[in-house]
Amino acid sequence: MSFNRSNLCWLVLALITAGYLLFWALLLGATASYSTLESWLKVLMSSEIRHATWLSLVTCSLAAGFALLLAVPVGYLMSRREFRGKSWLDAALDIPIILPPLVVGLCLLIFFQTKIGKVIENGFDVNLPVIEVPESWRPEPEFKSVGEDEFAPRSRVIPMPDDRWKHTLHIPGFPFTYQISGVILAQFVVAAAFAIRTMRGTFQHLSARPEDVALTLGCTRFQALWHVALPAARRGMVAAFCIAWARSLGEFGPILVFAGATRMKTEVLPTTVWLELSVGNLEAAVAVSLFMVLLAVLVLVVVRATGEKV
Amino acid sequence: MIQLEQLTWQVAGRTILADVTVAIPANTYAVLMGSTGCGKTTLLEILCGLRKPTSGRVLLDGVDVTHLEPRERGIGYVPQDLALFPGLRVREQIGFAPKLRGMPIEELNQRVNRLAEQFGITHLLNRLPDLLSGGEKQRVALARALAAQPKLLLLDEPLSALDESMRAEAVSLLQRVQSEHELTVLHVTHSSSEAAALGHLHLRMAGGRLEIDSKV
Repeated sequence: MSFNRSNLCWLVLALITAGYLLFWALLLGATASYSTLESWLKVLMSSEIRHATWLSLVTCSLAAGFALLLAVPVGYLMSRREFRGKSWLDAALDIPIILPPLVVGLCLLIFFQTKIGKVIENGFDVNLPVIEVPESWRPEPEFKSVGEDEFAPRSRVIPMPDDRWKHTLHIPGFPFTYQISGVILAQFVVAAAFAIRTMRGTFQHLSARPEDVALTLGCTRFQALWHVALPAARRGMVAAFCIAWARSLGEFGPILVFAGATRMKTEVLPTTVWLELSVGNLEAAVAVSLFMVLLAVLVLVVVRATGEKV
Repeated sequence: MIQLEQLTWQVAGRTILADVTVAIPANTYAVLMGSTGCGKTTLLEILCGLRKPTSGRVLLDGVDVTHLEPRERGIGYVPQDLALFPGLRVREQIGFAPKLRGMPIEELNQRVNRLAEQFGITHLLNRLPDLLSGGEKQRVALARALAAQPKLLLLDEPLSALDESMRAEAVSLLQRVQSEHELTVLHVTHSSSEAAALGHLHLRMAGGRLEIDSKV
């Protein structure tokens, strides 16, 4: 084989690639050989880490599911419709990707201190029309729970002068800050940006012609999306879900700032690594890290199987 | 009867269609020719409602359909790439429009089977589009369009992907379909022989204007 300059060029490029992969193999190999299998299993079976694992799996799945629900319509809009300001909107959708993770958490924390955020978390009162109620029907002038559920609407009946009653209905809020729902929200805000990117790419690669034909065959735009575009985009949807899931699994900064790192409550796997490192338990941190590497590799395999690229 | 009245289409300051005015009588097989990029496909897309014209009107049997949605026009459209629905079997492709309209399942199956028989694709009913040849795809696309029972059928170079031997067969199929379904057809092609074999009315587009080609 003649060894010309072109071959030399390919060889250099291959060596650079191999060097990079070798670096990663060494990193993972060193981490894997730090501890024994028995100690990994012992760590992974502890109740705190099992809780963190289950919480991670559940919250990542929910965050990825919500991200996909958002990514499909947004991705479809961005790939199929031309409108003024589209390039600005396109750039804005990528903001969560470029923002430092801690800043995302801080933004969430501050948002829920604003009036809108407080209404979302604490709920609000609705003043119903002042009514005249016969004395025998008058309820106690205090909060009355309509149901057993703590989130059920509560109503308050306040007596007024002239024998009339003011009726206030309390619409409950949904707390996020330092709650499990906060973990899901923190994962969702970043994962959604990646899912939108994936779905936008998926729809861009699919021809719009079949949807046009579906319109002439009697479909509305929604029906064309539902019956034609979505079945064609199902591999992309699997990929978007997996990418959002993997991104959620690795999320740390926003969760730490917004949902906290309370053991057996809002602790997810990346938080576990941080908590274990902070108390000097390197073995546990390594075991959880390797478990996360395994999950990430599984996701990568699934995404590759769909034919999409991360 | 289809009438186009002073139809104009402009994009980015460029006039693609300029005052296109023509009438195509019912049950006529009209053939439209013109150079690449002259606006033939744009005209078809305006006719079936996928694009809104800059100005002008489209009338179907005397009714102004210019502002109607594609689904309200009753126009069948077979694009150049045929645009079969990925992931749907041939049976589902042909039954797509009747199913959308809530046709009872027995009647739907009858219509699908009748069209499949007419187009010689009964043996393909359970296949996915990826497993069909160019000629088979073309038949499925035609059957799918006809299952919606359109008054007007728009064909955008439907035979361009076929080889010479299959093309002759496809030409006779189109002639048969047009007469059996009593359709008005507007067929875009680059092939003079195809146009000569099929066309009752020959149209030519040049410089954004549409003229009746009297030379053929």
